[in-house]
Amino acid sequence: MAATATETTDTQTPRMDLLRFATAGSVDDGKSTLIGRLLLDSKAIFEDQLEAVERTSADKGYDYTDLALLTDGLRSEREQGITIDVAYRYFATPRRKFIIADTPGHVQYTRNMVTGASTADLGLVLVDARTGLTEQSRRHAVILSLLRVPHLVLAVNKMDLVDYDQAIYEKIRDEFDTFAAKLTIPDLTIIPISALQGDNVVERSTNMPWYQGTSLLHHLENVHVSSDRDLVDTRFPVQYVVRPKSDEFHDYRGYAGQVAGGVLKPGDTVQVLPSGFQTTIAAIDLFDESVSEAFPPMSVTVRLADDLDVSRGDMICRPQNAPTPTQDIDAMICWMTNEPLRPRQKLAIKHTTRNARALVKDIQYRLDINTLHRDQETGELGLNEIGRVKLRTTAPLFTDPYEKNRTTGSFVLIDEATGITVGAGMING
Amino acid sequence: MNVRAKDPHNPGTTGEPLVTPMHDYRLSQLDQLEAESIHIFREVAAEFEKPVLLFSGGKDSIVMLRLAEKAFYPARVPFPVMQVDTGFDFPEVLQTRDNWVERLGLRMIVASVDQAIADGIVVDDGKTSRNRLQIGTLLNAIEEHGFTAAFGGGRRDEEKARAKERVYSHRDEFGQWDPKMQRPELWSLYNGRISGGEHMRIFPLSNWTELDIWHYIHREKIEIPSIYFAHKREIVERDGMLLSAGDHLTLKSGETVEERLVRFRTVGDMTLTGCVDSAAATTGEIIDEIAIARVTERGATRGDDRFSEAAMEDRKKEGYF
Repeated sequence: MAATATETTDTQTPRMDLLRFATAGSVDDGKSTLIGRLLLDSKAIFEDQLEAVERTSADKGYDYTDLALLTDGLRSEREQGITIDVAYRYFATPRRKFIIADTPGHVQYTRNMVTGASTADLGLVLVDARTGLTEQSRRHAVILSLLRVPHLVLAVNKMDLVDYDQAIYEKIRDEFDTFAAKLTIPDLTIIPISALQGDNVVERSTNMPWYQGTSLLHHLENVHVSSDRDLVDTRFPVQYVVRPKSDEFHDYRGYAGQVAGGVLKPGDTVQVLPSGFQTTIAAIDLFDESVSEAFPPMSVTVRLADDLDVSRGDMICRPQNAPTPTQDIDAMICWMTNEPLRPRQKLAIKHTTRNARALVKDIQYRLDINTLHRDQETGELGLNEIGRVKLRTTAPLFTDPYEKNRTTGSFVLIDEATGITVGAGMING
Repeated sequence: MNVRAKDPHNPGTTGEPLVTPMHDYRLSQLDQLEAESIHIFREVAAEFEKPVLLFSGGKDSIVMLRLAEKAFYPARVPFPVMQVDTGFDFPEVLQTRDNWVERLGLRMIVASVDQAIADGIVVDDGKTSRNRLQIGTLLNAIEEHGFTAAFGGGRRDEEKARAKERVYSHRDEFGQWDPKMQRPELWSLYNGRISGGEHMRIFPLSNWTELDIWHYIHREKIEIPSIYFAHKREIVERDGMLLSAGDHLTLKSGETVEERLVRFRTVGDMTLTGCVDSAAATTGEIIDEIAIARVTERGATRGDDRFSEAAMEDRKKEGYF
């Protein structure tokens, strides 16, 4: 009665890779229209979804199909005409699969943008060509820069409404270039588009012959992201100890985890933190096969040559290249709950696979993400505010600066009473 | 992936390699999705006292179980599986379910809707669908067994409400989901804190699409129920859906039974799950078919989602999968 999957046709498992990008912008910037267009043109929208949107558009008395409705999620949002949270969208082209973290742009949603940006390879900021850069677009760029999103695209939208005017585009471009120089943005691309008309979204537009660059989708398909990961500094947080206790694998003891940095190979000399003991990698297992190397973000099981006492929360690294074990954390923190963060507060902290408690020693400054001004007079951090904070933890964490490694450089703070995630931290170098 | 070596007898010396390997350290998107899902399974197994995997025998839960198998190999999957039996499940699906459970040597719990009705846990008023009655049955079983985490096969591409749900989705003492009170989820740091009586739903397939699932089944060559493949079946056309004819379905006036070549895109409750006309007999042909499909799998085949645009949102709030 059952069947086993077969491979009798010419359909190949695709060799696509994955790009995660975060979008920011308000409805006014045409962000939802742009996402709707990307989904529609890549055939990620199905007829029943499109029909539902057409029906709703007609019910609301619109004389066009509002593609923005495709990305509205919850009924409570539709009723209020707002987006309250990060929504994830998916589409694929023959080259790549894309995961969009779609975040609303208002100031009160900084925490959602931080969340969406935390896993993004690329950030897409939209501006309306008619209004140019706004406080909001600057804020989005600052957040993407703080979260070390390696690639940024500024899409100057609604070019159709300014007669595809090159001068308007160049003014915005130059203004943004000047602003971006103050931030850490390794790779910046600026593209003039019209999401509504489709100019430079999938195909190069014939309406802007003065623009020599690629279309947005072409850029998303080709931007090189694999070199963004740290392939030098070996970091393997032990997540789970695999001990089969079966006759067949009686002596098997493997350390399971996801590679956070570097390339691990059998035969490598490694040290295990916190003990500091050295040994060599005996084998790296991926299910029932042994592999010749493991790199981020592979989930593997590492076997060591010596029988050491290794458990969850330990870190496997190289003897001469280890993260810093420390109980004193200096980090940028985005605060995500109504009750403000204050000195002397105690919180739970989760860093890689390690849990500890943390005491807030000092709030050094609050960063005004619109002006980049550092307010050193602040005594607390409120909801959606970002600041530099010093923490003392009950146990050492094995950290790297966030700018070097987004996995070993990040943590979350949890309210011990409610269990809610209340803060996101990026460790300073 | 090009880094696999069946048996590295000669792992090399301890120094740094003299030559940088020529490949560019990229994972295919399928390998990346797999790695991320395995990370989630291990995280839950490490941090939760009593997890369970909700296993229907459908394709998504099979992929979930395959990932769990890989996450803990060569050890056994360290938690039981649970099926919520509507009483109207396809026999082919139940058979596949049993095969998987037996092969992996797992403990299986069956939470039966019929039993829940008999015990007065849920009320069958004759109007409520079996799908809806699953909610109370499921929540009762989770509570009865004291499960603190339940893996579900939900994907964010399936439906609007799911698109906003976390990988770790918190449920209160009543099993309810509050979309406005969701915890921020950053990087790959998952917050699994719960209080007594609460539990967490875990969605390791959140970032997979229907096509990813099929590519993975194709690549892994794993067993799935035969009804996903084209077969001849007696069907009844109702409200634009093709329903399987049989004792479970009472014909309405004007309806006729006919034999057609069909397959199922989803395998839920027989009374609600429609099939589609299809000649796809292999996973490869299914992938080709889905790649050009113009209707979502739920839109095509799930009566339970057709009643209102917010049907899923409402059921999720109550505690649905």
